[in-house]
Amino acid sequence: MDKIKLVEAAFVKADVPEFKVGDTLNVHVRVVEGDKERIQQFQGVVIGRRGEGMGATFTVRKVSDGVGVERIFPLNSPRIAKIEKVKEGGVRRARLYYLRGLAAKQIRQKTGNN
Amino acid sequence: MSGILGKKIGMTSVYDDNGISIPCTVIEAGPCYVTQIRTKDKDGYDAIQLGFDEKPERLVNKALKGHFQKVGAKALRLLREFRNFNGTKLELGQEVKVDIFMKGDVVDVMAKSKGRGFQGVVKRHHFSGVGMTTHGQSDRVRAPGSIGGSSYPSRVFKGMRMAGRMGFENVTVKNLTVVKVIPESNLLLVKGSIPGAKNTYVTITK
Repeated sequence: MDKIKLVEAAFVKADVPEFKVGDTLNVHVRVVEGDKERIQQFQGVVIGRRGEGMGATFTVRKVSDGVGVERIFPLNSPRIAKIEKVKEGGVRRARLYYLRGLAAKQIRQKTGNN
Repeated sequence: MSGILGKKIGMTSVYDDNGISIPCTVIEAGPCYVTQIRTKDKDGYDAIQLGFDEKPERLVNKALKGHFQKVGAKALRLLREFRNFNGTKLELGQEVKVDIFMKGDVVDVMAKSKGRGFQGVVKRHHFSGVGMTTHGQSDRVRAPGSIGGSSYPSRVFKGMRMAGRMGFENVTVKNLTVVKVIPESNLLLVKGSIPGAKNTYVTITK
């Protein structure tokens, strides 16, 4: 196992900010279009984190024009330029899948983002 | 052709320059030592014998002890021969390290696959079973079906695929790309999966 960690060490990001499920994040994603590259932002609530090492991912949910959008990001992907914590949450669950059925006001109440 | 012996460590993924995740297998390859050089004059064929994985001196029998002493190598667990081994001229006792490979090389990996025990034809030979669970039958779902004619030929042909022991056989995976070489810790990363469980001995050839 140690030898795998040794390989991963070169790729695991050291500067990932600490964040928890329930926090609101602004994820800066590098989008490559042809030979151009630009930054796209994705802001939403973290509804789950899983895995460790290179396999670690987190899921961010936002409601865009009334449509719920969820994106699963690999934590160590070089395509992620920056992770910005916008708001601290206050939830007691590890996975917030129940947010999918709630209205915006209830989500605010549940995640403590008042 | 050149090659090296190693041990499967496990799988992980790395990112390439474009930020694309590549699944790869980590192999601890070498250091190997040349323990014997077979020549056409003496042995009837050209080959070199590589040894890998040190073991304590007390586990070596007398015959092998002499074999290792002759070339000044430490006691090794695994000895394997490579035919048509070219590259730099190798001498007895010389070290062969993972740096014979470079990023982007295409290699073949041979290893013993995981043993599956006694398995039926559906798992072992990808048969699709015979029938359904309805219409009055429930016991033919994973059955092999007919294994041949009756009065002619009155026997079952040799090589008929049937249930039996599966796995634990030599499997070669060809044309794997080398993703990364880490000479300091003797590690080699190849793209994709390779046969066998963790700590299985593998032969890597280029």
